[in-house]
Amino acid sequence: MAKVETPVEKWRGRVQEVRLGGDGRKSVVLGGESTLPFLHFDGEVPHRPVVAVEVLDMPPADWAGSVMSAWGDVVKSPVTWAKKAAEHGADLIFLRLASAHPEQGNTNGAQAAKTVSQVLAAVDIPLIVVGADVAEKDNEVIVAVAEAARGQRLALGTVTDKNYKTIVATAMAGGHAVVAQAPMDMNLSKQLNILCCDMGLPKDSLIMDPTTGALGYGMEYAVSVYERLRLAALQGDSMTAMPILSHAGYEAWRQKEAKATEGVPAAWGDPTLRALLWEQMTAMTLLQSGADIMVLRHPRSVEVVRGVIDQLMAH
Amino acid sequence: MALTAIEIYKYLPKTNCKDCGFPTCLAFAMKLAQKGADLSACKHVSEESKVALDAASRPPIRLVSIGKDGRKVEVGNEVAMFRHEKTFYHAPGLLLRVKDSEPLDKVARDIAAVDSYKVERVGIQLSWNGVAIQSNGGGKDAFLACVKQTASHPELALVLMSEDPEVIAAALSDPKVAERRPLIYAATAANWQKMAALAKEKKCPLAVRADSLEALSDLTEKVAQAGIEDIVLDPGTRDFSDSLNALTQVRRLALKKSFRSLGYPVITFPGEKAKSQEEEVLLATQHIARYAGVIVLDHFSPTVAYPLLTARLNIYTDPQKPLQMQAGVYPFGKPDQASPLLVTTNFSLTYFSVSSEIESSGFPTWLMVVDTEGQSVLTSWASGKFDAERIAKASKTFKVEEKIGHRSLVIPGAVAVLRGDLEGEFPEWKIMVGPREAVGIGPFLKQNWAK
Repeated sequence: MAKVETPVEKWRGRVQEVRLGGDGRKSVVLGGESTLPFLHFDGEVPHRPVVAVEVLDMPPADWAGSVMSAWGDVVKSPVTWAKKAAEHGADLIFLRLASAHPEQGNTNGAQAAKTVSQVLAAVDIPLIVVGADVAEKDNEVIVAVAEAARGQRLALGTVTDKNYKTIVATAMAGGHAVVAQAPMDMNLSKQLNILCCDMGLPKDSLIMDPTTGALGYGMEYAVSVYERLRLAALQGDSMTAMPILSHAGYEAWRQKEAKATEGVPAAWGDPTLRALLWEQMTAMTLLQSGADIMVLRHPRSVEVVRGVIDQLMAH
Repeated sequence: MALTAIEIYKYLPKTNCKDCGFPTCLAFAMKLAQKGADLSACKHVSEESKVALDAASRPPIRLVSIGKDGRKVEVGNEVAMFRHEKTFYHAPGLLLRVKDSEPLDKVARDIAAVDSYKVERVGIQLSWNGVAIQSNGGGKDAFLACVKQTASHPELALVLMSEDPEVIAAALSDPKVAERRPLIYAATAANWQKMAALAKEKKCPLAVRADSLEALSDLTEKVAQAGIEDIVLDPGTRDFSDSLNALTQVRRLALKKSFRSLGYPVITFPGEKAKSQEEEVLLATQHIARYAGVIVLDHFSPTVAYPLLTARLNIYTDPQKPLQMQAGVYPFGKPDQASPLLVTTNFSLTYFSVSSEIESSGFPTWLMVVDTEGQSVLTSWASGKFDAERIAKASKTFKVEEKIGHRSLVIPGAVAVLRGDLEGEFPEWKIMVGPREAVGIGPFLKQNWAK
């Protein structure tokens, strides 16, 4: 029988490792891969991709019904919500300070610091904390959060090319990492990474959010951006080598297929399972393309996706 | 991968004898590379060179067809490890497996369900490809009874699953079955001679199964030597990790190592070891993204069919050719001079999101679709393809002022910033900023237009 030589690639680079948490809190290390996603025969995958659960600091106003009923009353407080998420197997909490938005409550830095401290006390897993996507407000609340959470090594966001200096500086001062978001373009991701690192942010403190497209709503664009970023990293480009964060939850659950339970074609089938599949299939595809942190909303998706990651990491 | 002129030239005699009609061997090689000449024109090329040139000019992964017309599965002939390198060309077939150990009326219902299922997405009708009938210990009669259920569904592609060549032969003895070009599953180390003979006689593609890539390539070589060209591989892997490894290695070996004996499309069975419906669908999703040619599931329902069809459509869209609409003014309901005019881009997904909301609203509406080369609202605005000037040009080209008596234009909320420039391009018009999300169109129209 002729020998088939396993076709192993010779990659030059690897994905940067980024640690969150630690020092009394559970530690999560992202990245470090020296090959493409889950190809254990081809290189090292030292850290499994992790699942973050999206938690808001106020009950969500317009989330899909089935996500709300799956969580129930815990969404009344980010503390109870985060605790429940951890019980469901979350590796990280992705805390969105939605109430800081001028039209949603306009809560201030002091409130944000208090919320984050309470959530930190309630769970032993690391936190990612982002603002409400309003630049001045975000800068105000994230600075307060960074100070209050000194030593906890959070990831802070969301940094964009239009608003990065304050968050990067405060992250550096507080020993935190940063989530930097670019609009579905590998060169824009790279540019933003360079801007952050040029300020002195260590490479091991940067996470990329290249933007996510849900199944049917741009997923393949995200697939190609993530794959190009990962390939560039493996070919030695350290400015595309940061771990990737992906929002399958946020993107999938705002689509009609996940939200609508009536007024849709019969060919779409059962709304409950369909909605779950919409989130899970988006997650699955983007994990295959290089996502290191998958942010999800539904507890059932957390369970299923972590189970699939278990299987992909078994070798 | 097609050979270059220089690569071909290496195999030619290099005597420049001109017998082929070309002045030099290099000129002949250049014409061969363009497929503008036939190698047979050279009477002096050696046998070894002939064999090598033939092998090298074949596509690295054989194109295999299962079925005829209708829902034919045509897979293989891929050139990329990643869609962004070029594109993925031939989308995998989606099939349902039925077993002859199941009650016949259930089998009949399942086959009918697969056949009748249709769903539309971005203006395209999507459906699954066919069914795989598995012999599950019931002998010839049970198997034939199941195969018979497909007779009234002639469009479906078929896979006949048994390791007993007698059972497969019995099914293929019906010319109506054989002429559908079903995939015979499968040849193994134990039965390959008989299976290959059957496949050759009935001119059907043949699946080959083994438990290692070595054993698989060994077997395909034997089957190929027996005269079978249309082979489908089953590396025997049934879980997430093993199938990812196997399919990736097969694709790499075929594309990067010109490994001919694994240069065929792959068949997968995501439901076989799945612990839940979600896992079956997620493994099928992995297979769509990572290199499968024929995906045979164990459960079918609209709920799982539609997302899988969507995933397949997404992954196999050519990155250079996003799905686009023709630019123009589209009427919805029966719009008249007083009806609102909305503007959007010609990316298919954008168009269908917007149009479906207009339709749901029941409002007669004009929708002007601007050519942004298939980019969405935000992308085309960011890249300068959706701006006030282009919108103004489109409205002149499509003679919008003849269709409406009012002078109002609703722009997508995401590009509210264009308002100022648009007021410049459309003096005396009222530029209205619409909702950011398509789902807000219905309420917006209700609020701003008396019917």
